[in-house]
Amino acid sequence: MTKKPSEKSSGASKDPTRRRKVASGAGVPSAVAAKARPTTSDMVSVSLVVNNVHHSLALDPRTTLLDLLREHLDLTGTKKGCDQGQCGACTVLVDGRRINSCLTFAAMYDGAQITTIEGLARNGALHPLQQAFIDHDAFQCGYCTPGQICSAVGLLAEGRAKTADEIRELMSGNICRCGAYTNIVAAIQQAMGQS
Amino acid sequence: MIGFQYARAGDVTDAVRLMAGDPRAKFVAGGTNLIDLMKMDVERPSMVIDINRLPLKEVEEVPGGGLRIGALVRNTDLAYNALVEERYPVLASALLAGATQQLRNMASTGGNLLQRTRCHYFYDTATPCNKREPGSGCSAIGGQNRMHAILGASDACIAVHPSDMCVAMAMLEAMVRVTGASGERAIPFAEFHRLPGETPERDTNLSAGEIITAVELPPRGFATNYTYLKIRDRLSYAFALVSVAAGLELEGGTIKEGHFALGGIAHKPWRDPQAEAALRGQPANAKTFALAADIFLRDAEGYEHNAFKIDLARRCIMRALSQAAAGTPQSQSSKKIV
Ligand SMILES: Cc1cc2nc3c(=O)[nH]c(=O)nc-3n(C[C@H](O)[C@H](O)[C@H](O)COP(=O)(O)OP(=O)(O)OC[C@H]3O[C@@H](n4cnc5c(N)ncnc54)[C@H](O)[C@@H]3O)c2cc1C
Ligand code: SF4
Ligand code: FES
Ligand code: FES
Repeated sequence: MTKKPSEKSSGASKDPTRRRKVASGAGVPSAVAAKARPTTSDMVSVSLVVNNVHHSLALDPRTTLLDLLREHLDLTGTKKGCDQGQCGACTVLVDGRRINSCLTFAAMYDGAQITTIEGLARNGALHPLQQAFIDHDAFQCGYCTPGQICSAVGLLAEGRAKTADEIRELMSGNICRCGAYTNIVAAIQQAMGQS
Repeated sequence: MIGFQYARAGDVTDAVRLMAGDPRAKFVAGGTNLIDLMKMDVERPSMVIDINRLPLKEVEEVPGGGLRIGALVRNTDLAYNALVEERYPVLASALLAGATQQLRNMASTGGNLLQRTRCHYFYDTATPCNKREPGSGCSAIGGQNRMHAILGASDACIAVHPSDMCVAMAMLEAMVRVTGASGERAIPFAEFHRLPGETPERDTNLSAGEIITAVELPPRGFATNYTYLKIRDRLSYAFALVSVAAGLELEGGTIKEGHFALGGIAHKPWRDPQAEAALRGQPANAKTFALAADIFLRDAEGYEHNAFKIDLARRCIMRALSQAAAGTPQSQSSKKIV
């Protein structure tokens, strides 16, 4: 395992969640606006393994796992869709289980093993699900695809889905605005047949 | 999101001590509700206490036949737990009806109990909301209130509790175990969540500084005749408009005991002893179920956009009780309602 310390650290003054609120101030009841707003947080040390690479970082505790991956580790395969748990574009595997990386602080995963879409291929060979998505043309714009594939990897590991109905239900946490659902189910069925 | 201090608690004592030191601190378990609300500036804790290392991750049998569920047991693990599947299938079903597999992998038992309402105004800091900012008013009364309460609401707040898991736990008569600076106590499920009254900012009767350690289920699980029926705007990944957890004990065609609780219609999972009394000793048929539904909904009141829920709730109660009586629980993968 190579150790790759992160050069970037998030400035305490910048909001690492990158969510900009419209009109925070105007229109807000004065009682809300008047409350003291601490703007600094002490940095937290976090060590975790992402796609078999060890990282030790000092992070603003507000950093979500998604922002850690995208903004600090330059792993931009994992997408930010809604940033609210409502789309699944940010799905990654933590110790083999699929989660929404947008609704969790990176600091909560000290010691964890994270796998993202960038970590699925082995020795230059695509993961069977990546190949199946290509074989079945299971995408259009591709924005939801990393999340779909990571989610499907989790689904196969769970071993709970057998029928197409069960695949659809257990993949319902991944929204595809292009509506590639039919082909996504077919791709997952192909990968299931192989495993 | 405002800044906060992050602390990791090692055990329950540590967590309670950290909490006692900062009245504006919050525990974080899965983070799926707290972090969402922090991003929206609705929750503004000065410290976030990570409780994920606490040893509260077991599902254990308790002497006498019940089950103790640790507060950090994830919703997925609880739904797929062999004892829950076998003895409390209504709970497994309710869990699988909620959210998505990714969210269930994160969501904890304790966090699910304490998740806050999905009322849009509660989330929108640009609008008045008594639950978020006591005394500011309720934007849902006279505003968009399609998802709101038909029972137990007040002039201060008409929000509903959004959990599916809690509806099954209310039906099963669970106990919530909590620990605070002054020791441990157990809160019966019916007394855990509150009605809004004049203090909608308080969702539950958990005292400041207390941590949930476990939920205990009594021996009776209604494992043969049960259902969890959830009606929502899309078939998956949506909160309930109305949901029903029902369990019956039958002797021949007669109901010995029947419990049912509704979700999506009140500030807490709603049960009604009078409606359940109308089931006891009666034949398990449509007439009995209709009477129980009418009693259950006798005080129901709709607002501008949600009056449809009263009739929907009536039909859901009847459908759920007949699914339970027939031993054909609602499937959570094929969503066909039979
Ligand atoms: C898009 C989306 C869809 C969803 N759909 C559904 C649905 O259909 N049905 C449904 O039921 N739910 C649904 N949920 C809600 C989800 O079930 C809850 O967010 C989850 O159960 C909360 O658990 P958590 O562990 O993540 O809580 P957290 O976010 O970690 O915590 C929630 C609250 O509980 C407190 N807390 C946590 N654990 C403890 C403890 N042990 N003691 C004291 N306080 C504690 C925290 O301080 C916080 O205030 C959905 C959520 C999202 C984001
Ligand atoms: S219903 Fe309750 S939560 Fe919604 S705006 Fe009114 S006070 Fe706030
Ligand atoms: S970005 Fe995480 S669920 Fe949409
Ligand atoms: S391929 Fe475009 S959103 Fe799914």
